Formats: sequence, structure tokens, C-alpha cells
Amino acid sequence: MQKVLLSVENLSVQAEDKEILHNVQLKINEGETHVLMGPNGAGKSTLGYALMGSPGYEITSGRILLGGEDLTEQTPDKRAKAGLFLAFQEPLEVPGLPLESFLRSALEQQTGRRIRLWEFKKELKKAMSLLQMDDSYAGRSLNVGFSGGEKKKTEILQMMLFGPRIAILDETDSGLDVDAVRLVSDGVGAFQKNRDKALLIITHSTRILQSLHIDYTHVMVDGRIVATGDGSLVSKINTEGYEAFLEGAAGREEAQP
Amino acid sequence: MREKSHVDDIDRSIYDVKDQNTAAYHVEEGLTPGIVEQISREKKDPAWMEQFRLESLQIYHSLRVPDWGPSIEGLDMDHIVTYVRPKSRMTAKWSEVPREIKDTFERLGIPQAERKSLAGVGAQYDSELVYHNVRAEVAALGVVYTDLESALKGEYADMVRRHFMKLVKPSDHKFAALHGAVWSGGSFVYVPPGVRVTIPLQSYFRLNAPGAGQFEHTLIIVDEGADLHFIEGCSAPKYNIANLHAGCVELFVGKNARLRYSTIENWSKNMYNLNTKRALVEEGGVMEWVSGSFGSHVSYLYPMTILKGKGSRMEFTGITFAGEGQNLDTGAKVVHSGAETSSFINTKSISKDGGVSTFRSSVVIGENAAKSKAAVSCQSLMLDDISRSDTIPAMDVRTGNADVGHEAQIGRISDDAVFYLMSRGISEEDARAMIVSGFADNVSKELPLEYAIEMNNLIRLEMKGSIG
Repeated sequence: MQKVLLSVENLSVQAEDKEILHNVQLKINEGETHVLMGPNGAGKSTLGYALMGSPGYEITSGRILLGGEDLTEQTPDKRAKAGLFLAFQEPLEVPGLPLESFLRSALEQQTGRRIRLWEFKKELKKAMSLLQMDDSYAGRSLNVGFSGGEKKKTEILQMMLFGPRIAILDETDSGLDVDAVRLVSDGVGAFQKNRDKALLIITHSTRILQSLHIDYTHVMVDGRIVATGDGSLVSKINTEGYEAFLEGAAGREEAQP
Repeated sequence: MREKSHVDDIDRSIYDVKDQNTAAYHVEEGLTPGIVEQISREKKDPAWMEQFRLESLQIYHSLRVPDWGPSIEGLDMDHIVTYVRPKSRMTAKWSEVPREIKDTFERLGIPQAERKSLAGVGAQYDSELVYHNVRAEVAALGVVYTDLESALKGEYADMVRRHFMKLVKPSDHKFAALHGAVWSGGSFVYVPPGVRVTIPLQSYFRLNAPGAGQFEHTLIIVDEGADLHFIEGCSAPKYNIANLHAGCVELFVGKNARLRYSTIENWSKNMYNLNTKRALVEEGGVMEWVSGSFGSHVSYLYPMTILKGKGSRMEFTGITFAGEGQNLDTGAKVVHSGAETSSFINTKSISKDGGVSTFRSSVVIGENAAKSKAAVSCQSLMLDDISRSDTIPAMDVRTGNADVGHEAQIGRISDDAVFYLMSRGISEEDARAMIVSGFADNVSKELPLEYAIEMNNLIRLEMKGSIG
């Protein structure tokens, strides 16, 4: 029997007094990969930020459970320790904070134990070479002067090193060239092999999905999940776009819980 | 789990002993020639020094307290002698040292033996052994490295006399005059031509001479083609009941020589730090300042460099961190008098919990300083809405043939960056500390590793309990 890993119950979220997400329901089991698609401005990224606990978004109702633990009121660091990871669409820059010491501090705080330097360096080197990142990035300030693609790779690097229980990838494939998409997709593929973990991939393109197995696809329009299907929904959207869902969105307003 | 550990909240009540003590301990109002003569006698000064002190005293009485900077009203100028001869109050007990200061020693990992000395009570820290080893090593290169009082009487007495307070004259300002009259302790370093000292020298003497750390004088002469890195102070809070510091640093950088002068200053937060530092650089010489100002209640600190020789250069890298109750007025000055000289002033300032940080820069490019370059960059980070950060740049360019630039930036910690770090499992407090440490990395990367670590610990400590 599959265990529920992430459970989003009737989640409503507002930012600056405007409700953006309305009663979102989502259940992700261990070992599953879900895709969240939808037109721009549908609220996909908001869901990612709200799940991670961004102070810019206020949860007005509903709950977020990870492995049964209620994270709704938790600060982002506690959520990370519980095993939640968000690959940011626009990773932040921190001048003067070297990537390597950031990663090591984060790992130490997540695990609550000291990480031996030489072991960590070995792990880091291995992960970076899988992503074809130059060693020199380890000593550079976090994301400062990194190209868009390098920033996205750095997000995946963090996912690989931290080994969260569930990873949310927010538009990780946007702004990447073909080779980078392949590398990122390999990294995600390797993560997928863990049967006790899960993925939620937020995207509005389909490039990253081509080589990945997908269990469920959700379509979000105007802050609501308006359709859920299997992996084949991706290719349907790929050819037909969101038109069908947009038309339905208005009429669904009353019908959906 | 969150530790509340303000370093700044010193229990002020212990300073109130001043009033109670006046009855038992009578002091003459004002500083008299008699007191200065007595200091001179105790130090067994050469005759010229006694004369110098007395002349400085006259100048002291003729000058006014500066009125353009942060208030120093807390200083009892009418009873200045109590700062100069704080004998009765120097007998303070370890048990009376504020707990916060002791905790800070603990957190910074300052050796037990050194703590009492840094706190200005009890036994002096026995740094003699370390010092002797270092001294033997550099002496083999012909380097003179000693306390200034010994240097006044020894082989280099003439050299000291030729340089002492020639760069910072007692007439410069009231506290320079006070320094000239009552200076005590400090270091003398002479590096002969062509000698490159590979280990940084440190001012051990601050710990040993009575009154040192208050009116200490540092005199460093780096001769032609020589190279030295000198480190002043340390990150531990130096606690002194007599809360006036009017030190003086004079640096002479010879032709094609290089001197790096690094300071991490963390006076306890009752201190008025009115320090004067100046360097004179000959042709092709290089002066590098690395400066971290964390402590004191009020600071006036603007290290000055005179680029006298053609092609001489200076670089100033500084950070100032002003917390609750602190008003730190810091900066740098440079005078380009030689041709083809260049200077770069790069500072960061941080203010939090109502702290005030003011950055002053002064760049003068003289008529003969053709083809000179000067750049000033100042970045400020305010950690809340009640703190202040000001930038006051001054430029005086007297030649048409110079390249001068200035940029200033004031910012805040980005909430998004804090969220980003927190989303990686890092606590809010640590996230903020990491961002602030990163902001300060212009200084930390210029420091030897152990000092950089100390400075980061210090920032971490200052950031603790900063989240309301």
C-alpha cells in the first residue's frame, strides 16, 4: 500500500489582501511524480511558495501535511527539516556567502549533526560533476554572477545533496538550453528512483517532462486545480493548449469544493 | 532555543561608582603639569619626552573639543585626569566585570589566561613567551619589534625621536594633544631596507603596559623595499573602566615598501574611542589598511594616508558595525600629493537596533598629483527601521588631470534572501547572520584566517537575539 507523503487540504492563500489560491486539494504518495501545469498567472508558483512557507503569502484556510506532520504553521526552516524542498524559479543571490559553505551549513542544520569537511567535499564534487558544473563554483558567492542555467543547476545540486522527501521544482526547466535540460532532467530522474520520495514539477513547458515518468498531471487555472489526469494529459496540453480548461474554469466556480 | 545574548546591554550600574568614589578619592580638577611630570618620571622618560609632554599639555588646554561629530558629552572633560590616572578604579575586581563581557570571552573562545587582562583587571596576560619567540624570529632578519617605552631609551632612540608625533602632531586636535601629554604603552617596529617579514606581527603590548589600551602609541617604520603586515587589537571586547581611548598610530612606508595594517577593534560598549591613525607613503610604496570597527559607544576614527611619493598607492578596506547605543563615526582620508598616486577606499557599514553608523571620506588631490586616481565605494546595510546610516564624502581636487570616483549604496537585508536560506533549513537568525557576514566579506577575506573566523564569530554574536 502506498503511503501519503504530501497532503494539501483545502488550501486558500492570499497575498496583499488578494486571494490567489482557492481551496486547493492535492495528495501525493511516496514514489509518485506529479506535474502541475497551467497558464501564466494561474497560481502555480504561489502554491510552491505557500507550501514552503514564504512570509509573502498568508494561508487563510486549509492545511499542509507532510508524512502526517502538520506544517501549516511552521517556519520555512522547519519545513525543510521535515523534508520539503523547493527549487526556486528565481534563486536568490547572497554576496559573500560561498556556495560550498552555504551547502554545508544547510546540511548541518537540516541533519543537526556536524558534516565532516572532506566527506562533504567529495560528495559535492561528485554531484557537481554529474551536473557538469565547474569546481570553481563551490568557492563562488551563492548564485552571484551565475547565469540563469547555472542557477537552476545549483538548485538541482541542492536537491541532490539535501535528499528531501519531496521536491517541488518551480519552472526549473525555463531558461535552460538543451544540454542543461538534459543534465537537470538526469538529476531529477535519479531522484525519482527513490521509492520513498516524491516530486511535484511545476512547469508550463513540457521539455523537462519528456524523459521522466509521470504519474499524475494537474491543471491549475485561476488558483484552482481544474483537472487531474495521468501523464498523457501533458501531451494533450502540448498539442491543444489550455483553451479547454480556461473555458471550463468559469463554470466550475460553483461546482468545485 | 533562541539565545538572547546581547553583547551591548552592559549593566550600566557598575559605572555609577564614579560619584560614590569622589569623596574617598580626591582628584585635582583638570590635568596639571604636575601630573604630567609625574607620569614622565614614572616612565623614566628622556628629557625631551618630558618636555614634549608638557608642551602637548599646553596645546591640550588651548584646543576645544570637536563639535562636528557624534556627542562626547558623556566624557567628563573637567575631570579628564580621572581618565588619565584611573588608579583607584583600575583595582576593579573580576567579579565586577559585566557578565555579558565574560560571556563574550567564552563565546569567542578567548583563552582563560587572557580574559582578565582584556578586562583590565588582575594579572596581566603572559604573552611574553609567544612574543619572545616571534621577536627572536624577526630579530634574525634585523627587524626591531619592541614596546615603545623601551625603544625610547635603546639603540633606536634617535629614530623614535625623529618620528614620534611628527605625522600626527599634538596640535592636530584636542585628543592628539592629550595623547602627546599622557601617552603610555604601544609598539615600535622598524623593518630595515629590503626585509620582507612573512609572519604578521601583532601588538602584544596592549596587554602589558599599565594604561596601555587607552593612550597607547604605535610607531612603525618600514624602510625602502621592505614588507610588513601588522595586526592591532583583537575581536574580544576590551573592557576598561576608564572609558576614554585616545591612541595614536603613525606609519612610515618607505620607497617601494609595503605595509598592511589590520585592526579588528571591539572596545566594550561604554568606550569613547577617539583614535588617530596616519600613514606617510614614499615613492612606489604601498599602504593597505584593513579595519573592522565593532565596539565602543562612540568612535571617531578616520585613518589617513598621505601619498607623498610618486606612484605610491593606498587601499583601505573597512567595516563598521553599529548596534544599540552605538554611534560610530568612521571613514578614511587620503591626500594625494605625489604624481601618479592611487587610492581605493572600500567600506561597508552595518547598523542595527538603533545604532548609528556614519561614514566620512575625504579625498584631496593636490596640484602636483597629476595622473592620480582615487575611488571611494561605500555600502551600508541597515537591519531595521530604527537604525541609521549616513555617508558624508568630501573631495577636493586641485589638478585637472586626475580620475576621481565615488559611489555609495544603502540597502536592507532582502526578505526574499532570508526566505531562500530558511527554505534550506537554516534558521532565521543564522540566515540573517550569513547575509551580514557575506556583506562583510570584503574585510574578512583580507584578514588572516584565524582573524576572519573571529570576525565572523563576532558578527554572529552581534546578530544573536536580533529577531524580535
